[in-house]
Amino acid sequence: MAIKNLPVEECMIPGSAACPGCPATMALRIVFKALGKNTIMVVPACCTAVIESLYPNTSFDVPVMNIAFEAAAAGASGVEAALRQQGKGDTTVVAGAGDGGTYDIGIQALSGALERQTNFIYICYNNQIYSNTGIQRSGATPYAAWTTTTVGGKTEFRKEMGEIIQAHHIPYAAQACVSYPEDLYNKLKKAKSIKGPKYLEIMAPCPPGWRFGMEKTVDMGIMAVETGAWALYECENDVVTFNGKSKLILEEKIQRKPIEEWIKQQGRFGHLFKPKKDVTRIKTIEDHTDQIWKRYRKKYL
Amino acid sequence: MKKYDVVTTISYPKKGAMGKTGSWRVFRPILDKTKCVKCLRCWIYCPEGTVIRNKDDTVDIDYEYCKGCGICANVCKVKAITMEREAKKK
Repeated sequence: MAIKNLPVEECMIPGSAACPGCPATMALRIVFKALGKNTIMVVPACCTAVIESLYPNTSFDVPVMNIAFEAAAAGASGVEAALRQQGKGDTTVVAGAGDGGTYDIGIQALSGALERQTNFIYICYNNQIYSNTGIQRSGATPYAAWTTTTVGGKTEFRKEMGEIIQAHHIPYAAQACVSYPEDLYNKLKKAKSIKGPKYLEIMAPCPPGWRFGMEKTVDMGIMAVETGAWALYECENDVVTFNGKSKLILEEKIQRKPIEEWIKQQGRFGHLFKPKKDVTRIKTIEDHTDQIWKRYRKKYL
Repeated sequence: MKKYDVVTTISYPKKGAMGKTGSWRVFRPILDKTKCVKCLRCWIYCPEGTVIRNKDDTVDIDYEYCKGCGICANVCKVKAITMEREAKKK
């Protein structure tokens, strides 16, 4: 799908409370374009809850239910059950949570909803921090990244949510990135057409949280994919297919770029370069990424 | 607009829910229409949806709500959009 063919209709109304250069609004615009107006969204505590703007006004032109941090998927299950009882099965139910509400706080509700085969789409926009509350570490924060709670850099690696979701053996799970809108749109369209639980994770480089210039959001997403820090793939009934650049990296048709190119543009990794270059930790990140791709090749090639 | 009579707080959609967000801007995107090749990258990547897509695929910028992040200028392949400081130093 070319950019020209994407629908003109907007459900994100200008004048929201989002930061300039916000990747979440970028993703939400495409989400609404793909899913259309016949959609109900369930939003837990996350940046999206802020982007909605203040009472009595909202910037979303679709019905939204705000719910507690841990309950996004549980709330969506309730909405879906109510719609089913009313015979409104054609309405798409979407839960839109951040990585904190997915990786850490919301994982039990999400796992439950996936196991119950609730017919909904769960969208996690992953900015690798709790940015709404002021940049704290989450389960998605990568190794050595600065946050307000990991001042010298995180000492643990991030977990692979995609593989946890795959263990539920749901009909559709995918990873996308805001920098590839056509790919994201196609994945959403496919998710909409499938019945049952669907999971979609969107890489969202956050300018204030990652400490880079707000005009670089798109570049950061592209770099994340090209360096192999993020993989684009979809898993349909347990068959995994990689897309775009990630496919070429998986098949070793192109070499992934060194991860250093990606992290040196982000202030959250600044302590690895200033005042002295921390070669050991950069090598640890590089080796860990290699290990992930080795595992991918073993599993999916 | 239809108002709902329910016992909970409901927000209703409104353009400019946080006011005229154009006032946040430090740099203003200036579009050179002669250079534009109608690729629509600025339109799809604009986080705020303030790049307006016309029927003939040309674009206009809504300065009332544009927050001036500069993504449009950055993704433009032909450099048709440039960022200029809002208030020039005297």
